[in-house]
Amino acid sequence: MTPFVYHKPVNVDEGLARLKASSDGAWLAGGMTLLPTLKQRLREVTDLVDLCALHDLTNIQLGANAVTIGAMATHAMIAGHPDMFPALASLAAGIGDPQVRNRGTIGGSLANNDPSADWPAAVLACNATVVTSAGSFAADEFFTGMFSTALSEGALITAVHFEKPARAAYVKFRHPASGYAMAGVFVAVMETGVRVAITGATACIKRWPAAELALTKTFTNESLAGLAFESEDMLGDIHASAAYRAHLANVMLGRAVAKAMV
Amino acid sequence: MIINLNLNDKAISADVVPERLLVDWLRDELGLTGTHVGCDTSQCGACNILVNGLSIKACTMLAVQVDGCTLLTIEGLTKHNELHPMQAAFRDNHGLQCGFCTPGMIIAGIEIVRRHGSHVDAVTVAHELDGNICRCTGYQNIVAAIIDGARRMGASA
Repeated sequence: MTPFVYHKPVNVDEGLARLKASSDGAWLAGGMTLLPTLKQRLREVTDLVDLCALHDLTNIQLGANAVTIGAMATHAMIAGHPDMFPALASLAAGIGDPQVRNRGTIGGSLANNDPSADWPAAVLACNATVVTSAGSFAADEFFTGMFSTALSEGALITAVHFEKPARAAYVKFRHPASGYAMAGVFVAVMETGVRVAITGATACIKRWPAAELALTKTFTNESLAGLAFESEDMLGDIHASAAYRAHLANVMLGRAVAKAMV
Repeated sequence: MIINLNLNDKAISADVVPERLLVDWLRDELGLTGTHVGCDTSQCGACNILVNGLSIKACTMLAVQVDGCTLLTIEGLTKHNELHPMQAAFRDNHGLQCGFCTPGMIIAGIEIVRRHGSHVDAVTVAHELDGNICRCTGYQNIVAAIIDGARRMGASA
């Protein structure tokens, strides 16, 4: 790692000021992606602004029909919250491994927008609202491309607001070594209809309109007959070809629908 | 930067550069070489330690980040020359072959007991060891050791 200046602000405003004053600074949330990236010198920073002292950002406010999760809530906190919506708790419990879940945060995952990450699938399928220091974004507007989001330069995600889906489930096919999704599907029955988000298979998290249409008509696996996932930006590598990932997306969707019916 | 923390039941103060990894600081500056570096890429769990009671990978944290925290490494488990129940269970169940992953396995085992209680079952233990790799593939005895350690911790609590 190349040297950098470390800051530990005690409130959001101080953090924003520290980041703004740096020439090439970065927020440090759980650090589960950023620190390995710095270690491998894939990235260099002049400053790290650590959010660990912003305890308010770990709050989880659960109502009967909605939950607001602070950006610094760790996957373990969300998975272990007694009244968390089951699909969100189960997604959180399947991220990485126990040590990663003790550090990694929902805000960090969303800001990073890794094409294989789990949280973007939940946020997009539930059309959650991403609350930042520079305004709020509907999920449909937030994820703009591989590792990129609508978050403005220097801004900070502070919370994510989910309306409770009537039914929801997330199922992924884990890469056996990394734990990342080779294809993951979050299906959510919302007031406006069914929403389906696919992660791991394409360059950026994506909805699957044909599946949404079919499931909004009839929420059964039978209504998915003949559907095949395709996209112009399919991912393919030595672990799984594009065609295999597309097939996995179909299989994971079927499993997610079955799981949501329970 | 000056950091203040509690390490293995002792209050300490240290001066560290921000880019110093927690595991390197423990091993190279404090001589606590029981925390191992297996992969250095957050995969293997040989560097697991407890920070504020939660197991974390010390290769993926900065030393400056533990300012104000309470740390427990493998060196802090033995009290008055008596092995921690989890350590004793690893010895009695032959829960190791080469021993390289053992400190991280024991730390992970202690957290498994904290989260799942002393009556945790084998399936849960195996699942919870997701972040720990034993290259000797001695998992059968490791799982047996953690279950036995869990029972002993329950009995001594």
